[in-house]
Amino acid sequence: MSRADIIFLLPHLMLTLGAVLVMMAIAVRRNHFAVYVLTCLTLIVALYFLPKTASLPHNVGVLFVVDGLGVFNTMIIMLAALAVALMSYAYFDTREERTGEYYMLFILATFGACIMVISGHFVSFFLGLEILSVSLYGMIAYLRKRERSDEAGIKYLILAAFSSAFLLFGMALIYAATGDMTFEGLSGYFSAFDELPILVMTGVGLVVVGAGFKLSVVPFHMWTPDVYEGAPAPVAAFISTISKGATMVLLVRFFLAIDGFRFPVVLTIFTVISIASMVVGNILALRQQNVKRILAYSSIAHFGYLLVAFIAADELGVEAVNFYLVAYFATMLGAFGVVTVLSHPERDAELLDDYRGLLWSRPALATVFVVTLLSLAGIPLTAGFVAKFYLLASGISTNQWLLVILLVVNSIVGLFYYIRIVAVMFDSAEEREARPAGYVGNFATLLILVVLLVWFGVSPQGLIDVIRNLVGVG
Amino acid sequence: MTLIAFIGILMAGGLLAWIIARWNETLSRWIALTVVLIDLMWSVAILVSRRPDFSGTDWLIRFDYPWIGRFGIGISVAADGLSLVLLILTFFLGAVSVVVSWREIRDRVGFFHFNLLWVLAGIAGVFVVIDLFLFYFFWEVMLIPMYFLIGTWGHENRRYAAVKFFIFTQASGLMMLLSILGLYFIHGINTGTYTFDYFELLTATVGTTAGRWLMLGFLAAFIVKLPVVPFHSWLPDAHSQAPTAGSVILAGLLLKTGAYGILRFVLPLFPDASRELASIAMTLGVAGILYGALLAYGQTDFKRLVAYTSVSHMGFVMLGIFSFNELAFQGVVMQLVAHGLSTGALFVIAGALYERIHTRDLSLMGGFWTGTPFIGFITLVFVMASLGLPGLANFIAEFLILNGAWQASHALTVAGAMGLILAMAYSLRIMRKIFFGPASDMASRMSDLTLREKVVLVPMTLLVIFLGLFPQHVFNASEKTVKDILGVVMRSQADAIQNANENP
Repeated sequence: MSRADIIFLLPHLMLTLGAVLVMMAIAVRRNHFAVYVLTCLTLIVALYFLPKTASLPHNVGVLFVVDGLGVFNTMIIMLAALAVALMSYAYFDTREERTGEYYMLFILATFGACIMVISGHFVSFFLGLEILSVSLYGMIAYLRKRERSDEAGIKYLILAAFSSAFLLFGMALIYAATGDMTFEGLSGYFSAFDELPILVMTGVGLVVVGAGFKLSVVPFHMWTPDVYEGAPAPVAAFISTISKGATMVLLVRFFLAIDGFRFPVVLTIFTVISIASMVVGNILALRQQNVKRILAYSSIAHFGYLLVAFIAADELGVEAVNFYLVAYFATMLGAFGVVTVLSHPERDAELLDDYRGLLWSRPALATVFVVTLLSLAGIPLTAGFVAKFYLLASGISTNQWLLVILLVVNSIVGLFYYIRIVAVMFDSAEEREARPAGYVGNFATLLILVVLLVWFGVSPQGLIDVIRNLVGVG
Repeated sequence: MTLIAFIGILMAGGLLAWIIARWNETLSRWIALTVVLIDLMWSVAILVSRRPDFSGTDWLIRFDYPWIGRFGIGISVAADGLSLVLLILTFFLGAVSVVVSWREIRDRVGFFHFNLLWVLAGIAGVFVVIDLFLFYFFWEVMLIPMYFLIGTWGHENRRYAAVKFFIFTQASGLMMLLSILGLYFIHGINTGTYTFDYFELLTATVGTTAGRWLMLGFLAAFIVKLPVVPFHSWLPDAHSQAPTAGSVILAGLLLKTGAYGILRFVLPLFPDASRELASIAMTLGVAGILYGALLAYGQTDFKRLVAYTSVSHMGFVMLGIFSFNELAFQGVVMQLVAHGLSTGALFVIAGALYERIHTRDLSLMGGFWTGTPFIGFITLVFVMASLGLPGLANFIAEFLILNGAWQASHALTVAGAMGLILAMAYSLRIMRKIFFGPASDMASRMSDLTLREKVVLVPMTLLVIFLGLFPQHVFNASEKTVKDILGVVMRSQADAIQNANENP
């Protein structure tokens, strides 16, 4: 490893260092606040050490590709992690469980995600994914005394292990056929074919199964609502944003490298997955009474939408994916942030009834939630609208009318349940027990997220420029 | 910049009214009223001062500023005579809405006025933007506050009505977005310039099949808003459940955006496809006239009744637009203004009655004339306007539309004219049920119009009479717009005939 390599990997190294420091800090003395500050500092330092744009791209050995796409998404992931960390403090501070180890797992999970977005090799792909998954097992089941939290943890453990096995097997098959595991090498191999050999096709299919589990797209989505419901609210936020986003970026990188959409069979697979995710996610969300489950199904549907741009796989498509991820991150974090703030020590605020009359009892918080829901629904003046517009644009520019029309139809279905939550918040307020005291970090996070949502909705050009500069293919 | 200021003032005023209401609710109302009145006077001043220019080739006011360069989206606004007339109508009815809510809305006053002003901002935006992306943007901006207006301050079944309204308009709006994007890419691929600019897109060459589909997308949004039977079912619910101000804005302004959209976008962008669809569209228009009138006759809820008359009157708009001649077009513009005034006033009256006797049920009313002749007289004027009595604005409108439609289709015009007879029936029924017949128990609770209500209703009455006697003012303003739009359609027709002659 050369000096330059280390400089380019500094953000990631900082995260590992942070994890070790947190572990040692716990050993010395358990202090929630200290550990929390240490975590935030780690993330901020890591952000500071992000490579400068001018020096990109840089290959670190064969394992990592530090390019614009990677750096941009590393940044997004770290910022999202910072937001989740800020929410977590308030959440765990009011609960009786020991808190230190959570942050260690948290940093490690973030590290795994950051590895995924810069990996250019099956090995780094798999290692990143596993670091992420294994940390998540612990985080999901962190509130051990709650039955559902345990159940969610076990469920995630078993299914994630299964999907990893699929992924590994797929990688092995591809390796067996090609003798190469770097994306770059595979790119050369794939370009020689007009049709995929059956062995490679199976391999790609199995990789898709493994990644599809992490993305929770239909038909690999079964775990999502249960895990979201059972996991602590900040962890659910983490799964729905960072874990999914990193996997998405990795898929983009992989399929761009092998130019996967040249092959009709791959195109068909993703089209079917996209349609199934949109339809199933939205339809199942309609009848839910539990806000966390609604958000879970909503996130399934949103990744169905996102796949439309992913399938487009051209310059506009990659841009759209990145823009969508930013908007989606901000929106989901905002939504789960509200859930976190409203949660009681004994129970997360997850029933629709918990939100009845919120607009009159806690107007500021309700406004945040309304904005995030409108953004999820893709209503103008929010980032969600520009993001959806981006998807439609990339879909139409590549003539995928079926997907685009289904996207629109599904957005309409989606409106029903988003509006239903808004409507509940509009109900007249009833007497309710006192809420836990607020934390500054929470409110600051939510405020920033809402400002971002509106800002990107009203004036997206700045973000678009950044994305184009960093990840622009051409 | 003026046009941006119109919208900006409304939005800023809305925020201010919301904040101020924490301390002083009356001040919040005054702020809202002042803001709308400034816009109203400003726009009237422009209309008066620019009057000689209407025949010129340029737009009266234009403003362009790049917004999202990546997609060629600009903040482009422009107003011609038609936009200006509709803007004035918007601000006038906006002022009316603020005043009629003075007593009716007592809780969450600030939020109410915020929503009210933002709906107006959205509507004003729709009437002036000439960037298709921005058009969709404003199309949506007027939607959300309206949802809140209905859902929060509406009557007993408000939640259902609000959601229904939202879903209908949002769903159809998304169809339009798809079409806008389709047009954007077709034009971009053909010419290399990717832009949402209206004037640029007017020059787009779109294939026949693509043109049909794209037009249907646009049309979906507009005929749901207008509404055209069978896409009207959101309207009676929304209108009857909304608070008075909401009903006034819905009937007086929101429906007009649909007609405006067809005139401004559907016809000029897709003249060929529009001509192909003309007979179907006219038939639907006539169906709306008759169906709306019949249902209006059968209603017992006053506001619901007025809502159905809107369906009927908007049927005339549809009939007129797809007749493709100047008489009918001028009639349509007049109908937009006249219907805005007369139906708006009827909703104000319905609100005034509701405030006094707390019901909208016609069967509980009766014999109010003796005790409250003033309100009776005003109602009489607008009921007469609604049935198309000569001398009032609606007569001019409907007469011109039928006149123009006659040139396009005799049968449909005859059928449409039957609607006037039905209008007579339902209009007179309103008068008979509320003001004549045996005095009901409610009569004792009635009191005549207060000064505040008179301030609203008397100018509306005068305007309806004025426009009925001197309609030329509106025609002058909209003449050029109408001729331009008609010119595009006629050119497409001439081309089609020429093509047919060359390739028999």
